[in-house]
Amino acid sequence: MQSPFSRRNGLKGVLGIAALTTLAACGGGDDGGSGSGEGGSGDSGGDVVVNGTEPQNPLVPTNTNEVGGGRLLDSLWAGLVYYKADGSPEMDVAESIESTDAQNYTIKIKSDQTFSDGTPVTAKSFVDAWNYGALGTNAQLSSYFFEPIEGYEAVQAEPPTAQTMSGLAVVDDTTFTVKLVQPESDFRLRLGYSAFYPLPESAYSDIAAYGENPIGNGPYKLREQGAWQHNVRIDFVPNETYGGPREAQNDSLAFIFYETYDAAYSALQGGDLDVLDNIPSSALLTYRDDLGDRAVNQPAAIFQSFCIPEGLAGFGGEEGKLRRQALSYAFDRAAVCKAIFNDTRTPAKDFTSPVIAGYSETIPGNEVLSYDEAQAKQLWDQANAIAPWNGSTFTIAYNTDGDHQAWVDAVTASIRQVLGIQAEGRPYPTFSQIRTEITNRTIEGAFRTGWQADYPALYNFLAPLYATGAGSNDGDYSNPQFDALLQQAAGTTDEDQSNAILQQAQTILFSDLPVLPLWYANASGGFGEQANDVEFGWNSVPLYYQITKS
Amino acid sequence: MGWYIGRRLLQMVPVFFGATLLIYALVFLLPGDPILALFGDKPVSETARATLTAQYNLDKPFIVQYLLFLKGIFTLDFGQSFSGQPVIDQITRAFPVTIKLAVVALVIEAVFGIVFGFIAGLRRGGIFDSTVLFLSLIVIGIPVFVLGFLGQYFIGVKWGIVRSTVGGDPALVDLLLPGAVLGALSFAYVLRLTRNSVAEGLSADHVRTATAKGLSRPRVMTVHVLRNSLIPVVTFLGTDLGALMGGAVVTEGIFNVPGVGNLLYQSVIRQEGPTVVSVVTILVLVYLVANLVVDLLYAVLDPRIRYV
Repeated sequence: MQSPFSRRNGLKGVLGIAALTTLAACGGGDDGGSGSGEGGSGDSGGDVVVNGTEPQNPLVPTNTNEVGGGRLLDSLWAGLVYYKADGSPEMDVAESIESTDAQNYTIKIKSDQTFSDGTPVTAKSFVDAWNYGALGTNAQLSSYFFEPIEGYEAVQAEPPTAQTMSGLAVVDDTTFTVKLVQPESDFRLRLGYSAFYPLPESAYSDIAAYGENPIGNGPYKLREQGAWQHNVRIDFVPNETYGGPREAQNDSLAFIFYETYDAAYSALQGGDLDVLDNIPSSALLTYRDDLGDRAVNQPAAIFQSFCIPEGLAGFGGEEGKLRRQALSYAFDRAAVCKAIFNDTRTPAKDFTSPVIAGYSETIPGNEVLSYDEAQAKQLWDQANAIAPWNGSTFTIAYNTDGDHQAWVDAVTASIRQVLGIQAEGRPYPTFSQIRTEITNRTIEGAFRTGWQADYPALYNFLAPLYATGAGSNDGDYSNPQFDALLQQAAGTTDEDQSNAILQQAQTILFSDLPVLPLWYANASGGFGEQANDVEFGWNSVPLYYQITKS
Repeated sequence: MGWYIGRRLLQMVPVFFGATLLIYALVFLLPGDPILALFGDKPVSETARATLTAQYNLDKPFIVQYLLFLKGIFTLDFGQSFSGQPVIDQITRAFPVTIKLAVVALVIEAVFGIVFGFIAGLRRGGIFDSTVLFLSLIVIGIPVFVLGFLGQYFIGVKWGIVRSTVGGDPALVDLLLPGAVLGALSFAYVLRLTRNSVAEGLSADHVRTATAKGLSRPRVMTVHVLRNSLIPVVTFLGTDLGALMGGAVVTEGIFNVPGVGNLLYQSVIRQEGPTVVSVVTILVLVYLVANLVVDLLYAVLDPRIRYV
């Protein structure tokens, strides 16, 4: 159709309207929008920007058990010991931690230690904080850390029969003693974990308000009151009252909270971020090309497995042992790590992690982790000779809000092919849902499990997961021989000897296979062109205090 | 007019109760235990579980939880999230950001949609018209997240024209790219609506009369064609504001905008019923108010429509 109007006039009217609307929009938007100049590349050189996630809880050491809050705590607080990059403990606030029987400990702290508000850090700061964390009515997420201490049962009773643990005693300003229920030789190693950090006296009057603007004794403090902008960022500056070994090398440290790692990765590429501690699965194939020698990929203290519960039909007794081993031989861990995870997982060789002191990849029995179709078939047939397989489908349950579907599909496909049985994944929409069914023991079939160490010790990978009746023993595994070895290791003050016993304990696990070890998750991350001295710790969290920026 | 507004406001009451009850029921029925999710893989002690369950009323029956929630709303107490933050604080932080983003998207889609649609309508059948129609079809066909990632990668990362992610307290310029992505889908609809409406308007009797009367062309164009053509467009834009606020979930995730979508996503993951319901309730209210404003604008744009 022919337009009755000339082009010029028609356009003029339209442009007029457009210009007016645009102006109005700019005027309206500018009122609230301007004034955020920070976050770009500063000139001072030392302002380091790293990724984080919004902490689930107020920043109280005993009430934070996830990595988003944990990494902030480790910068704001100093514990009795800290962990070097390789996981070995060094003294931080402690002067000495002594014990002759692995059950009674005398802890001396350095004198003239202070919190960032100037109040002194004393023996009482530790004892009170631990008692607060252990008391059942305070419902702290990390209260189970105090379980080894004498008197824990009383403060956890319902209602509590005591307000403080009998095993803790203040001797003087810089000395306190700890009495454990039974010997635990790696107790000193645990003391670097955030649950054992001290609290200032002022914290207890309003713990929620304290958690919002925490005062610690670590290398950093909050930039100011309200520096925690929820869901957005939190800003730290060096704490000048801290005189320990982890002194901040940068001028400031900002954690930007990202909803997804995809967004964080884009920010790293765009130069808005200096260090990223995790690569999103969408970038796994490309990140090493994108980042070159600024890409990080190293094993971490994360062990992944799938659990076949003891009660599952066909998996008990001698028959069950054979079936578990057959399944373990029936898929290729290395191939899955390469094809699905682009080598950001390391095939498992044991039940712990290569970054832990005492790790061994030559534990007798670990050949069951190799891929051997013939062996798998033979073991399965042996099991069938005892009692024929009931013909049901072997399932592995997983939560779809994590990166699990791909490997579950690959592993079950391989099992189908090698053993000639039906096998498939069983997806659950959320982590919370699968946890509920696991905890209530209503879950059917096998299910994925994983363990991230709380502190760098072999014992931490074994006792909470496979000891009879332990808190995270999701498959209800029980073997008195294994329990006895754990106890023996705990009572041995010599570290090497203790680790040798724990390796011996693992040979039992390899024969029983309560879970099938899969792989160790790597710390995969990267850093920007301006970031220097980026090093990832044993727990795959970067050592923020030593990062500088050129 | 006053009665009309009053009646419309009254209509919001059953919608409000219906929507909140429905959403609360849905969140409540979600399988899984939020307390377990809070603890992750680590063990939960019985005392801690009992304390937390009582603290968040999780031990009470569904209808009691809902009534307690309503009671809270009417006393302007939206409760606390599991992390101990008042929900109202989370909301007052997140909403301004999303509103800003939605308005940027709305302005972008309105300005470009109306301008291009108007030109296309004037030259129906021409090259410009065909091209624009074809391109808008492509835009409708591409999912928002694809558009978002492409825009982020090329404009943000590769060419470095804008920051690739937004972060807190965003400046207007930071919101242009996410806003454009968010508004892209509706932009195509606005364009097509305007174009058809203008094309129809050109052949209308009153336009012919106005031209015959000897009115200047720009005046005929703006007052007689465009103004009438805008009625369906304004209706669409009004209801779209509500949709934009809700639809920001994906866009906010890609560009890391700490707004309502972000908050909603986190709260659903953590099964924080009160937060989810509060946020959605406010979204419902925004939607209702936007609809009301649209209806009132009718009267302004079209003198024939009068509410008695």
